[in-house]
Amino acid sequence: MSTTSINALVDAEQGSSLWRDAWLRLSRNRPALAGFAVLILFVLVAILTPWVAPYDYAQQNLELGATPPSPDHWLGTDIFGRDLLTQIMYGGRISLAVGFIATAVALLIGVSWGAIAGYMGGRIDAVMMRLVDILYALPFMIFIVLLMVVFGRNMLLLFLAIGAVEWLTMARIMRAQVQSLRQQEFVEAAVSLGLSPLAIIWRHVIPNALGPIIVYTTLTVPSVMLLEAFLSFLGLGVQPPETSWGLLISFGTETMEEYPWLLFFPGLVLAITLFALNFLGDGLRDALDVRGAKD
Amino acid sequence: MLNVNGLTISFTSREGTTRAVDNVNFSVTAGSTTAIIGESGSGKSVSCYGLLGLIPQPPGRIESGSALFLDTDLLRLNKHALRQIRGRDIAMVFQDPMTCLNPYMRVGAQLMEPLRYHRGASQSEAKRQALDLMAEVGIRDPEITINYYPYQFSGGMRQRVMIAMALINEPSLLIADEPTTALDVTVQAQILKLLSDIQLKRNIGILMISHDLAVVADIADQIIVMQEGKVVECGDRAAIFERPQHPYTRKLLASIPQGQKIPSSISPNPLVSVRNLCSWFKQDNETVKAVNDVSFDIYRGEVLGLVGESGSGKSTLGRSLLNLVPATSGQILFDGHEVISLAASELKSLRRRMQIIFQDPFASLNPRMTVYDTLAEPLLLHKLETRSSAAERVLEIMDEVGLARSYVRKYPHEFSGGQRQRIAIGRALASRPDFIVADEAVSALDVTIQAQILDLMKTLAQEYGLTMLFISHDLAVIRQLADRVVVLQNGEIVEQAETTALFEHPQQDYTRRLLEAIPGKSLL
Repeated sequence: MSTTSINALVDAEQGSSLWRDAWLRLSRNRPALAGFAVLILFVLVAILTPWVAPYDYAQQNLELGATPPSPDHWLGTDIFGRDLLTQIMYGGRISLAVGFIATAVALLIGVSWGAIAGYMGGRIDAVMMRLVDILYALPFMIFIVLLMVVFGRNMLLLFLAIGAVEWLTMARIMRAQVQSLRQQEFVEAAVSLGLSPLAIIWRHVIPNALGPIIVYTTLTVPSVMLLEAFLSFLGLGVQPPETSWGLLISFGTETMEEYPWLLFFPGLVLAITLFALNFLGDGLRDALDVRGAKD
Repeated sequence: MLNVNGLTISFTSREGTTRAVDNVNFSVTAGSTTAIIGESGSGKSVSCYGLLGLIPQPPGRIESGSALFLDTDLLRLNKHALRQIRGRDIAMVFQDPMTCLNPYMRVGAQLMEPLRYHRGASQSEAKRQALDLMAEVGIRDPEITINYYPYQFSGGMRQRVMIAMALINEPSLLIADEPTTALDVTVQAQILKLLSDIQLKRNIGILMISHDLAVVADIADQIIVMQEGKVVECGDRAAIFERPQHPYTRKLLASIPQGQKIPSSISPNPLVSVRNLCSWFKQDNETVKAVNDVSFDIYRGEVLGLVGESGSGKSTLGRSLLNLVPATSGQILFDGHEVISLAASELKSLRRRMQIIFQDPFASLNPRMTVYDTLAEPLLLHKLETRSSAAERVLEIMDEVGLARSYVRKYPHEFSGGQRQRIAIGRALASRPDFIVADEAVSALDVTIQAQILDLMKTLAQEYGLTMLFISHDLAVIRQLADRVVVLQNGEIVEQAETTALFEHPQQDYTRRLLEAIPGKSLL
């Protein structure tokens, strides 16, 4: 065998290529990598907060009151004299968890629901999508309040409840994608090869439908974080002294004229997170599009 | 009338500057047809679009040359002046009429718009002219169809609408870019006839772009053969067809499907038996009988040609044999197994033995799977190879279908149409099937590529001992490959016969019409 055919053989044996190629392309995309690094850093800090936070998050210092950033309190203190950096670190635990867990729930249910409904079509599709319509029509707030009343205030339940609402749009986007893909000849070719419907959805349909899904996911994470802030503001989510970025921002808004840093820093952290997510999302989308920039 | 001299157009990309059109000369005189022939990428379209300022600049750049049209040099005109000429004196007809018509606007309104706004015609005057034009291009019942939307027309009728639109401003030159490539052969023959009728009546010049010498054989007066941006040969029709000088011209001539398959020895027992097969659909509360009470056999080792126009149900028939579309009633026996009522597990093992090759190699390959993944999928699915042994077999298949081994990790978009069709053929053959349905497998390809792919299919069919159902709208292609032919019209079999018998003694009018539509008959 000549060298080229040996190379070809080695190439061939490395097997399933889309994800490996996507990773290679992603690793060459600097903004996406930077975004990824920022997110990892934030998650690490959130996990390690109880050990690395400079102060106790509940410790008040009423004599100190609200102070601007200083060497003792890098980001200043709030009106109760609590350290803002500590609050942001603890708030990140809640916000990142709700952002990622609720989005993951939405992604998992929405993508599989939409893919199955769109691929199967007919009566199955009709039943599945009517259910989505019904859930859409339910007033979200009443749904959450009911859950809280029945099961008590519980963080995990809050995550699930938010995820359970966000997946509806995801399912619709996925279904529309799958419906147009289903009619493509390569899907028909896969049927004639003898692949099962689930294998076709997994190998042929989902990889080709990921673009819009990824973009929508990066939009879902911040909207979920803000939803949590809204619920907490109503007293259905996190309660002081526990906190989240959303809560910090809404308190900061009330006092922005006297103590602007209470709004500025939590807002900044949220903005950085969203930027990082967007860069990563765009990078992922480009990386999965094999037609994009190729060496 | 149009005199193009030394036209040179280049394109600049990251890889550098390429000359898409290199020192090209041609001319069109009133009342005659000049045809530019070449494969995709030969620069035939670019040279015409360049004249009208329709190529994006940059990356394109017209380097030199002149194009005298009625004593004005088109290449020296500014955008505004060019727009005046475009559409008024020079009109265009494109390949795909569907994408060139606004789907949300009635055909009549689209025809009347330019009359109203550019010529200031009144509503009733514009309508009268639109009706006249529609009648002129052979659209039936223009009084009714003027209110149709584009989707309500067939492909051929849409192309007639496009021609009507091109004629609105009474141009003196018509540029037709592959005007019949997307159409059936019978419709193609009609459109070509329409173009020459119009030419005769209006005494206009036609510049026609095509990849297929056979298509222009009956209507071109002058023929220009282009390859890689250069004119390799030009002359009048007789000279090109009777005394071709350049090897490339000879290759193009040789690519025109002709000749006939030497009948192979066929075993008398059928591999596929179809009895009273019906495949009906519900559409807008009407039952469409796509396939209606069809019975035939496909014998082991034979290639059965299935011919018919679009809408004849030939694709539905091919797909229902593989259980890709549900049959309404009837029986399909594959090697003694009933295909229609099979359980999922049995169906899977049967699927290994029957495969399909589709028309459009751009749609039939998963854009996110490499050649390796595409070819290995059937091997792993049917457990013909293990993960570690699959690579060797994938490379073997690539050899067989004529793809370089180094392409194994490339994605479909990196290949040309012909190469993609080779991948699709490789995928169909990977599981070593007994039976293949080839659904218009060469119709979307340039003629030269078409000839190569047909050769490949012939060779592989013999090597693998395949039985094949070869579906096409083009009898000339079927003649090269098929042992027997089934003619389908409106979902029913009109005629079936041995290939020779069918071509020499067609029994039905419909078959005769299909035979007459074969382009370039005058050459054979």
